[in-house]
Amino acid sequence: MAISHDKSNEIPLPIPFKIHYFRAKDSLFRIILNFAIVKMIELKDISKLSIEINKIRADFPILSRKVNGKSLIYFDNGATTQKPKSVIDAIDNYYKNQNANIHRGVHTLSQEVTVAYENARATIQKHLNAKHAHEIIFTKGTTDSINIVASSFGKKFISKGDEVLISAMEHHSNILPWQQVCEEKGAILKVIPINENGELIISEYKRLLTDKTKIVAITHISNTLGTINNVEELIALAHVKNIPVLVDGAQAIPHMSVDVQLLSADFYVFSAHKVFGPTGVGILYGKEKWLNELPPYQVGGGTIKTVTFEKTEYADLPLKFEAGTPHIEGGIGLAAAIDYINEIGIKNIAAYEHELLVYATEAILKIEGVKIIGTAKEKASVISFVVEGLHPYDVGVLLDAQGVAVRTGHHCTQPLMNFYSIPGTIRASFAFYNTKEEIDQFILALNKSIQRLR
Amino acid sequence: MSIETVENEIIEEFALFEDNVFDKFGHLIDLGKSLEQMDPSLKTEDRLIKGCQANVWLYSEFKDGKIYFKADADADYAKGLVAMMIRVFTGHAPEEILNAPLEFIKKIGLDNMLSMKRTGGLESMIKQMKLDALAYKMKS
Ligand SMILES: Cc1ncc(COP(=O)(O)O)c(C=O)c1O
Repeated sequence: MAISHDKSNEIPLPIPFKIHYFRAKDSLFRIILNFAIVKMIELKDISKLSIEINKIRADFPILSRKVNGKSLIYFDNGATTQKPKSVIDAIDNYYKNQNANIHRGVHTLSQEVTVAYENARATIQKHLNAKHAHEIIFTKGTTDSINIVASSFGKKFISKGDEVLISAMEHHSNILPWQQVCEEKGAILKVIPINENGELIISEYKRLLTDKTKIVAITHISNTLGTINNVEELIALAHVKNIPVLVDGAQAIPHMSVDVQLLSADFYVFSAHKVFGPTGVGILYGKEKWLNELPPYQVGGGTIKTVTFEKTEYADLPLKFEAGTPHIEGGIGLAAAIDYINEIGIKNIAAYEHELLVYATEAILKIEGVKIIGTAKEKASVISFVVEGLHPYDVGVLLDAQGVAVRTGHHCTQPLMNFYSIPGTIRASFAFYNTKEEIDQFILALNKSIQRLR
Repeated sequence: MSIETVENEIIEEFALFEDNVFDKFGHLIDLGKSLEQMDPSLKTEDRLIKGCQANVWLYSEFKDGKIYFKADADADYAKGLVAMMIRVFTGHAPEEILNAPLEFIKKIGLDNMLSMKRTGGLESMIKQMKLDALAYKMKS
């Protein structure tokens, strides 16, 4: 746990002074020595976190299961996260007590569940600090959200010779929808290059923002490299030229606080399953003015105000983008997940995960022949690596045989693999329920696997 | 040796490791290492079986009514799988290969891990081997 520098504890520093830190009784103290005067300030009860970790782990039923006879060590959080009991209970409760169709019936159940669903939307609005609840659209997930924007935005705003700007570290889900729109419209897909560390080259980005650029679509955090992009800056630069920006927040929402108004993001998308919620549901945030301008992506029940065979008047936001009966328990489950992480505190999560990242990075670099792919200054708790002379898949299989779940392969970022000239990586991605003890176990298992393969 | 005898041999070998999955995979990898080297000139695009994560090259010859396989892979694990399949199939007639039930795959205790997509192409390897067998059968 990082030490919180709570200003209320701070005593104005005497000068000259000397600062020491020490641990006692599970607390971290900072001592300020000023000649003979000793002032001791308790900064933070660091025992609390390990206690919380046990409590947190107990909230996730799956973490107590065995894999191949070993306790599961789940380091594949970048692919999907595990679910706390509160999320599982919310879904269970939905089917036991709430199930009805929303926005339709006059009866009590339908009214109740409509309220529950709209409350879920409000929870997400608040979490992202969106201005309006109707700027929050429920979708099937990140991929679906990007397809909606690419298709609807493309229909209205992209024509022949225009350009769409993405980056070299995008997930296929933020490449293919744009590639398709560009093909259809005769537009050109441009790519912001990265450096060896896996950071965007900002000077190139500026050069690529032209009068022809119609939209920028960029990831907040790279699922493969862990790079945290400075999207605030990227958006500001695009806005100077009145270019809207879509941010793929699939990997960011579980790890950091996101304020869409502060970022001034035009579109921000993510998946519930990567943030401890259910699969099959996700979010498309869009600024009201954009969502009002875009044509609906799919049409059908729920998306209309009036239908005659001659003309249809579309419903207001958000229903315009929510055709058909939605994933009701998914939305409710996602809200339960957001409530859960807010209880722990997203800032606490970020600080703790950073500590795991630093700890694991140090340990992994001690192993001979290991190279980390993705060494950006700003990184989320993701470590992609390769082992000299070994195929990532072999390492992954032997880790799994020892109960450690990692991902191997190209992580749906083939262009990125081409950039580094590798077939794939082994990726360990951490969540707040992981521990340093698990990292120790993982390092042991990794060493054992490497020895077996060499 | 009949296909069934070889299958039983393999089952017995893997049984030595009881339920230690790590050692079972280790054995599989050793099987791959013992595979006869494949002439690089045989590793052509049309002999490439693309698994989800590993590439496997499979080559076969037909001599005196029997099929002989050669293979290579870029991951040791996939190489182990193909080596195991070669051990079962090579030197047998097309008819035997086509009719082999391949029960051993379930019995060596890696079935979870060898299932479906996870195989790095086990299913596609077997399919390709059987297709080759079918082609030789038609010709002969
Ligand atoms: C950065 C990024 N974008 C998009 C996606 C796609 O998310 P989903 O499969 O939930 O639609 C992922 C998931 O791996 C991702 O990591």
